[in-house]
Amino acid sequence: MIDRLDQIFVLLKHWLVGYLPGEWQAAAGVVVSVVVIIGLYPALFALTTVLERKGVGRIQNRLGPNRVGPYGILQPMADGIKSLTKEDIVPRSADAVVHFLAPIVLVVTVFMGFAVLPMGRNMVLVDMDAGLLFYFAMGASTELSVFMAGWSSRNKYSLLGAMRAVAQMISYEVALLLSSVVVVMATGSLSLVKIVEAQNHYTWGLPHWYIFTPWGLAGFLMYAIAATAETNRSPFDLPEGESELVAGYHTEYSGFKFALFFLGEYVAMFSISGLGSTLFLGGWSAPLAFLTWVPSWIWFFGKLLVSMCVFIWLRGTLPRLRQDQLMNFAWKFVLPMCLLNLFVVALWRFIGDGWLRWLVCSAILVLAYVGIGWEGMSRKRLGARSYRYAD
Amino acid sequence: MGIAFYIISALTVCGGLAAVLLKNTVHCALALTVAFAGLALLFLRLDAQFAGFAQILVYIGAVAILVVFAILLTRGSDTPKDGVFSKTWLAGLAIAAAVFSVLGWAVLQAAPWLPHETVAPNVTVNQIGEALMGRYVLPLEIVAVLLTAALVGAVIVAMHEKEGAK
Amino acid sequence: MIATPLAGYLLVAALVFAIGLAGALTRRNAILVLIGIELMLNAANLNLIAFWRYGPHPEAMTGMMFAIFSIAVAAAEAAVGLGLVISIYRHAKTTDLDQINRMKG
Repeated sequence: MIDRLDQIFVLLKHWLVGYLPGEWQAAAGVVVSVVVIIGLYPALFALTTVLERKGVGRIQNRLGPNRVGPYGILQPMADGIKSLTKEDIVPRSADAVVHFLAPIVLVVTVFMGFAVLPMGRNMVLVDMDAGLLFYFAMGASTELSVFMAGWSSRNKYSLLGAMRAVAQMISYEVALLLSSVVVVMATGSLSLVKIVEAQNHYTWGLPHWYIFTPWGLAGFLMYAIAATAETNRSPFDLPEGESELVAGYHTEYSGFKFALFFLGEYVAMFSISGLGSTLFLGGWSAPLAFLTWVPSWIWFFGKLLVSMCVFIWLRGTLPRLRQDQLMNFAWKFVLPMCLLNLFVVALWRFIGDGWLRWLVCSAILVLAYVGIGWEGMSRKRLGARSYRYAD
Repeated sequence: MGIAFYIISALTVCGGLAAVLLKNTVHCALALTVAFAGLALLFLRLDAQFAGFAQILVYIGAVAILVVFAILLTRGSDTPKDGVFSKTWLAGLAIAAAVFSVLGWAVLQAAPWLPHETVAPNVTVNQIGEALMGRYVLPLEIVAVLLTAALVGAVIVAMHEKEGAK
Repeated sequence: MIATPLAGYLLVAALVFAIGLAGALTRRNAILVLIGIELMLNAANLNLIAFWRYGPHPEAMTGMMFAIFSIAVAAAEAAVGLGLVISIYRHAKTTDLDQINRMKG
């Protein structure tokens, strides 16, 4: 019974596809899964916009939207109707073809990433041998659409925003890749299904998630920083900050195309949180051994929603980083720590099981963090903190 | 031949043609990206998944963006006054046509004797990793040194010279 | 699905190579010459992978490894080449190859 609940979507799909003749069944199965993904994640996007606006509003000591439904829950309906009925303005000197294609390329490449994410036991669309590589290949293609959007608008602010966004995305892409390679080294496979299965074991009731190892914790933190920067979220949202660059690379977009950019950004956040939880938080596996009766897809989507809440929390709390600060941070702190992490995971496997490897690896990582931090801060001359209250 | 092969090849060739014929340089770079994507799909059709994904990641994700940045930094988006083709374009076209005819003649001549499709090789990433660390470790290390030298060299070549140096 | 003969892939590679060569020889902008060179390298990669797939020992992976190394080297060469183009632009204030035709700087 619990097994059937866990596999309920797979069973539903087999039942639906069973109505078709034999040779069409595989293709029809794929089509059904694709339709479900394309329907599910925009629905989650609608939910997340409300969550974000209410959450950020509460952090900033104000109510969020509360007019449209009970507690503002139907706000996405209003937003959707607004964006569909607004006039689609294309500037006269804009490059029409590229201007039209940019949001399409973004949405297509962002949705391709979901093809390799295992959303539950046996619930992966394509079990590729090089699944992680495919995911990063699709992620790299999104940068091109950002540039296309900024350049085709023939607007200095757009172009500036696009260049900044692409520079930021390229820098943090290296950090993202290196912090994922650590997981590949520990598992021995690029296939995301195998990575989740390697974390699905329990010792004394606690899971073997990679975040509970020293290199996994360091890798997860760097992955989280790089993921926030890749999706242009605060505190790394200089390319689209309203007070800096009007709206950055999507200044000249209105109506449905702007909604597509917005959708692309949030779905990219889902996709990258899904990958992060697959790599470091055990994907669809339960946190404690006695909780394995809960269906696997509930754990996956639960971790996804928790990651979104952390993103929203970061947005409301941290101030924005300046362009040179975020580039310095990427190349001078995150990248050396990622390279050191690679060395640490090799040491972890080399030393073998036991308490010694925990001690050695944690010591190396903590010393490196403290050392680089002390060295970086020693050049700054910060004054004493002063507070000004609104009296 | 399968219809997919025709469509992907048409996409690649059109992308390549657009990349060398269009007036606006940024459009050429974007058409180049389409050609890269078409070639990646051809690699995937040939069961070379690792090479196909590496092609997308490296070429579309890095080289295309590099080309676009270089175009923007050298103000290539302004079209020149006296045309985009050089004065000696006919000679260049003739040479390219000659090369293509020689290659095409060679392929069509040998067509009856070319090998046919065998069973798809099941190449896993594990095998590629072991090959890279085993048989191909020397090229791997040399490519690593080459990439480091290229990185340092590109930075030095493109760096602003210090005021009053040399 | 009928199998695609090897000649099909080789012809496509030859066509892309010729297009890249034509672009490298006829365009005025230095960056478009580099674009032509990238097309030529990609066509050669396609040839390598096609011969690997249809060859006698595809499990030896020689062709695919060659293509992967070629992709890495091409990326490095594109970076250095574009750095050179930017440096020349800074000196000659133009990327027009018809005007940069003297050895005297």
